[in-house]
Amino acid sequence: MAPPPANPQAYLQSLSRWRPLEIAFWLATLLPFWLFPNYLGLANQIAVAALFALSLDLILGYAGIVSLGHAAFFGVGAYTAGLFSKFVWGEVFTGLIAAALMAALFGYVSSFIVARFRHLTLIMITLGLGLLLHSAANSAHFITGGSDGFQGISMWKVAGLFRFDLYGQTAYAYSLGVLFIVFLCARRLINSPFGLSLRGIRENWVRMPAIGADSRAHIRKVYTISAAMAGIAGALIAQTTQTVSLDALSFERSADVVVMLVLGGAGRLYGGIVGASIFLIARDQFSGIAPQYWYFWIGVLLVMVVMLLPNGILGGLSALLAKWRRK
Amino acid sequence: MSVADTNASSGFALSTRGLSRSFGQLVVARDINLNLPVGARYALIGPNGAGKTTLINLMTGMLPPNHGQILLGGEDITALTPQARVKRGLARTFQINSLFAHLNPLEAVTLAVCERRGISPKFWQNIAVNKEAIEEAYDILTRLKLGDVAYQTTRELPYGRQRLLEIALALATKPKVLLLDEPAAGVPQEESGDIFEVVASLSNDLTLLFIEHDMHVVFRFATHIIVLVGGAVFTEGSPAEIAADPGVREVYLGKRHHG
Repeated sequence: MAPPPANPQAYLQSLSRWRPLEIAFWLATLLPFWLFPNYLGLANQIAVAALFALSLDLILGYAGIVSLGHAAFFGVGAYTAGLFSKFVWGEVFTGLIAAALMAALFGYVSSFIVARFRHLTLIMITLGLGLLLHSAANSAHFITGGSDGFQGISMWKVAGLFRFDLYGQTAYAYSLGVLFIVFLCARRLINSPFGLSLRGIRENWVRMPAIGADSRAHIRKVYTISAAMAGIAGALIAQTTQTVSLDALSFERSADVVVMLVLGGAGRLYGGIVGASIFLIARDQFSGIAPQYWYFWIGVLLVMVVMLLPNGILGGLSALLAKWRRK
Repeated sequence: MSVADTNASSGFALSTRGLSRSFGQLVVARDINLNLPVGARYALIGPNGAGKTTLINLMTGMLPPNHGQILLGGEDITALTPQARVKRGLARTFQINSLFAHLNPLEAVTLAVCERRGISPKFWQNIAVNKEAIEEAYDILTRLKLGDVAYQTTRELPYGRQRLLEIALALATKPKVLLLDEPAAGVPQEESGDIFEVVASLSNDLTLLFIEHDMHVVFRFATHIIVLVGGAVFTEGSPAEIAADPGVREVYLGKRHHG
């Protein structure tokens, strides 16, 4: 164990310092370009799912809000990016911003409902809102293309230089870059006074008003931020695959992202990224063995992790590391 | 309420006017009228189920009253949310620890200080840049003899230390009136004195109301005692008056389990 820091300010500063392991982790995300050039499509999907899981982590892992309807914001972002490219232009970054703003707007409006409830009621409300939006998108065929999917997206070259290629090289580089930037923002948020208040809400909802905190205002804010991040993830999938299908809004997507986060470890910043990687790589491998039954193996994995590692894979690893250090 | 009423109560840190609350047929607070002068050390005593914690819940807004008003420094706060009351200087602690289990004391108290200073909405800056808030938090911890455990996870602290952290969290809101719900509950008797020494050492500007069962502690630290029975104020007075009151002996002191 490192010696205790000299003063409390230095101590709090030390909590947000970059660790060598973190730098190694981000360098490792570049490896697929050389090691798995045929899997860059999958790598792109992982980067997008990781961003989506990171957005969920802010509300679930940090503020303790369990949502089963988070795909709503992913879908809003995806369709917004699609519509933007079709009716405004194909520039990617402005498309991302438009998607983030639209998802944030949806998040902000629904946050007034979400912030009023806890526990099972809250789960049902998020689930209901998600289903509602999915059905609305299905019936709004003239905008979304309904179950046929949204067609006609064409993107410009990223920064005027890099065309989205067949191998997914540009797609992965672009998504990874966006993931990294959003991650930096999330990391900043977690280490901020606001982030501390979110942890307070997760740790003790009842005590917060007794120290003068307006938890609902905090929740409305983090929910809006989280929705914007989920919207960016949705926009990335729309831009890099140049199509949006209705399952961007599906319940399955909402459930999958919860599973990813729980697998990786909620409330750990890297939990979503690790969980998304494991989930999608497992899906890729297992569906190679028996395409219809790959959820069986995800089920096995989920049950094992939850039973043996209550804080997810990262939680288990950090407990192991702490044990090893104490020796 | 009339202007005269407002003026009459403005000399008090905390007042209640005809405060009442019932759950169906069960009356838990019956027409409670109290006036706590600034800097007073009030003890609230009474048998189990007398409505002591309920009264604190009513005062802090965690339970809305059916009738009556609560005045903080002469200002009617009855309609305010619990957090708005805290912002105006009315803080409380809990009988059963209500802490942030996975935060350490420094983080928990810094959280409370940041909420009070209005910097908690800032999501773009590192917490560590708020030097004054952090030093204020650390200073509170040191005053409550928690400096040496400031970086330990709360749930791993000895129970007595956790009770002190309860008080530290409330102090971080810079209260004018502090309501302590059995601050030494569950602490071995030989340690409960330590906790009350800390309570007694708090600033004289701070108005205190504490619930306590141990009569030695009550008589030692209170300047005034309120006896609550069946949701109503049975009597109130100085420790000497209460000790001499035969009615109190009967309903409360005679039935106590210890001392």
